[in-house]
Amino acid sequence: MAATHSLPSRERLWKFHGGIHVPDEKSLSNTRPVEVMPVPGRLVIPLQQHIGATARPAVKVGEQVLKGQLLAQAEGYVSASIHASSSGTLVAIEPHPVPHPSGLSALCAVIETDGEDTWAELPEPMTHYAQLDASEIRERIRWAGVVGLGGASFPTSVKLNPGPDQRIRTLILNGAECEPYITCDDLLMRERAGDILAGARIMHHLLDGPRILIGIEDNKPEAIDAMRFALAETDMRGYTEIRAIPTLYPSGGEKQLIRILTGEEVPTHAIPARIGVVCQNVGSAAAVADAVLEGRPLISRIVTVTGRAIVEPRNLEVRIGTPVSDLIAHCGGYRERPRKLVSGGPMMGFEIAHPEIPVTKPTNCVLALTETEAPDPGPALACIRCGRCAEVCPAKLLPQQLYWHARAKDLDRVQDYNLFDCIECGCCAQVCPSHIPLVQYYRYAKNEVWAREEEKRKAELARARHEAKQVRLERQERERKARLRQKKESLEAGPARSGSDQDAKKAAIEAAKQRAAAKKAAAAKAEETDDA
Amino acid sequence: MCRNNAAGTGMSTTLVSSPHGSRPNRVDRVMQEVLLALVPGVLAMIWFFGWGVLVNIALAVAVAVAAEAAVMRVRRRPIRPAIGDYSAVVTAVLFAISVPPTLPWWMTLLGMVFAIVLVKQLYGGIGYNPFNPAMAGYVFLLVSYPVAMTTWLAPGMLAEHSLSLMESLRLIFAGALPSGIEWDAISAATPLDAMRGKLDQGLAIQEIRLSPLWGDFGGRGWEWIANWFLLGGVYLLWRRIITWHIPVSMLSALAVAAGVFWLIDPTTHPFPAFHLFSGAAILGAFFIATDPVSACTTRKGQLLFGASIGILVFVIRTWGGYPDAVAFAVLLMNIAAPTIDHYTQPRVFGHTRDGVNR
Repeated sequence: MAATHSLPSRERLWKFHGGIHVPDEKSLSNTRPVEVMPVPGRLVIPLQQHIGATARPAVKVGEQVLKGQLLAQAEGYVSASIHASSSGTLVAIEPHPVPHPSGLSALCAVIETDGEDTWAELPEPMTHYAQLDASEIRERIRWAGVVGLGGASFPTSVKLNPGPDQRIRTLILNGAECEPYITCDDLLMRERAGDILAGARIMHHLLDGPRILIGIEDNKPEAIDAMRFALAETDMRGYTEIRAIPTLYPSGGEKQLIRILTGEEVPTHAIPARIGVVCQNVGSAAAVADAVLEGRPLISRIVTVTGRAIVEPRNLEVRIGTPVSDLIAHCGGYRERPRKLVSGGPMMGFEIAHPEIPVTKPTNCVLALTETEAPDPGPALACIRCGRCAEVCPAKLLPQQLYWHARAKDLDRVQDYNLFDCIECGCCAQVCPSHIPLVQYYRYAKNEVWAREEEKRKAELARARHEAKQVRLERQERERKARLRQKKESLEAGPARSGSDQDAKKAAIEAAKQRAAAKKAAAAKAEETDDA
Repeated sequence: MCRNNAAGTGMSTTLVSSPHGSRPNRVDRVMQEVLLALVPGVLAMIWFFGWGVLVNIALAVAVAVAAEAAVMRVRRRPIRPAIGDYSAVVTAVLFAISVPPTLPWWMTLLGMVFAIVLVKQLYGGIGYNPFNPAMAGYVFLLVSYPVAMTTWLAPGMLAEHSLSLMESLRLIFAGALPSGIEWDAISAATPLDAMRGKLDQGLAIQEIRLSPLWGDFGGRGWEWIANWFLLGGVYLLWRRIITWHIPVSMLSALAVAAGVFWLIDPTTHPFPAFHLFSGAAILGAFFIATDPVSACTTRKGQLLFGASIGILVFVIRTWGGYPDAVAFAVLLMNIAAPTIDHYTQPRVFGHTRDGVNR
């Protein structure tokens, strides 16, 4: 294992284009330690909490389930397993509103908890993982249902399997947490720095010994100290660095953080592995440690409950499936009626339509914003082409041109202006003096492009089918004609050959006639005797 | 789409895309900052040229706002937001400080109506006008009424008589000079005009510079007005209302062009500082060429846009038919802005420099 690489100029940091300074509002929620939330009476656990295929249910309605028991099995390579986050009775597998920007419902396993919180039998800890085969460890991580906990929820085991021809030189742990208000990673780093590093060590092993860079925004000095302190206790110092990066939104964006820490840009439409980098959230690292070293599946996470509409903002350790309304109640409820309830941060989160929706693996924050925090932006004014949006765009796009063409529904032009390089960070909309909901336009345009491509694909399919049908019909017609021709030819050519056939038929007919005549005669005779 | 249709007492709201927080930046605030930045230069103009400046501003603002409101009414659009963004006021003030402080009221009215109705609103209103309305209005009058548009007052210390507020009002609204005062007593050629005239007569710069019209590096009075506008420009930079690209590229291109010719022949070409501080170069660089709607938006494009204006200003001033050229240069480059933007798109993150994906 090539554990040591020559580390390039220590502490050298790079810049990405644009970005904005927004009030971070972290002190609202990061002053109290993480509190474990009690078991709720009812858990609603969505079967899809990750990017990829929905997991297949592995239990039946009415069954007793134990904490940590597999509820649904990962289906396909890019998928993640789902486990029961407490013990109780599985009362239903039915559609239920889930945290999704669309506000739509999806299939969920509903558990009435028994309050016992009894663990199922768990797999053996893999304490000596360094001696184990990488695929075995990856299988454990996959079993545990670990996904990216920073928000994207991509299955972690897939990311840790870059393939034989892709050498990973750098593993980045993302502790930037650049979104305002959110402090769950901050608190995790303060309280479980050792577990994060243990997870990083496992990933280091799986990726065949890359250097590890841990990026943390410098507005989290306690977290940086805790991580550095924990690192000093490990054997990882030779290949691990903890770097305080300047606080600038969106430095926690995967591509932005890679740029800041390595100076490299992930090519458009490519994943970081392409340039030899894998990026994992600190929470995912801790979950990997739990899975491998404790044999525990991912059934809970830290959620920041904050916003000025909350009486006691804080971080809670929450079981997956706990309704959001329970979290708010546990934090003392509302101080005032919130104008907006958001899942995630104010920059990229989405509004929650229904407070009964459950916490899922990517839920990092529940944000209740007051009227002052999220005032009505008022009607959008005309774009004055001031260019502030282009100034702050971390992807170096021209947001106003994108807006212009998205508004005109010119789907070719929006792609010419690289719409799909937009990471939807919201910087442009945040600084727009005309208060144009720019991100909404981009999401709309992306959806339109996808819809158009889907339509194209379907049309292509229909065309192919139609052509295949034409070919088939023509072939059948040809075959039919060929058959007819053959028959005709055989009729014309072969009366002699089939002559004996016809004689036999004639003989048969003759015989039948004779039989019938004999019957008639017999019947006539019988009538005669009756009459007599 | 079924939103929030599950049973329950959920908050029924329309779901809006992120970001969700408050957004401090607003068009009206941008325009107010621009107006604030104009204050020192405007005060200096009033100091040197008297009440006429203020009368012009008041008149132009009133006409511009009324014209904007009238068009919005005709277009059946809400009037309040259109007036409330202060863009018409900015256009009016820029126009009013560009025209002579003695301009007859009906010319101001004509210029403003042209600027707001034809140049701005007929193209769709704020954000859609390809030309800078204030400059288009100014050029419209300059081409139509060249004499009135080039008759300037002498700066205070050079004039035999300074017009009082009442006298200014009478001159602007009734066209009447105070009794016993002739035009010559109150007017003077602008420095650029005087320079052109004297050079055409075959005088050398050194001789021309002996006239009392000249101050330290530009026209007397004018150079101080330019300084105060420069202060306002720095304020706009500090407040991030504008970026340095257009003003710096425009002024340096002008200075370089003027410098090259001055080095070649200092008897017929004035020192570069004269070009920067005598006419509307400073005002134009910070307040007019930077009008976001009609300027370039890409960084490289802005540098090209500004530099082209600087060079055009020098070319028109030196060889063209008009003494000052900022308005013409800006309008000419307004035409080129979309094309420049198209060819100066920045390299997108993750793309190679030639725009081809890696």
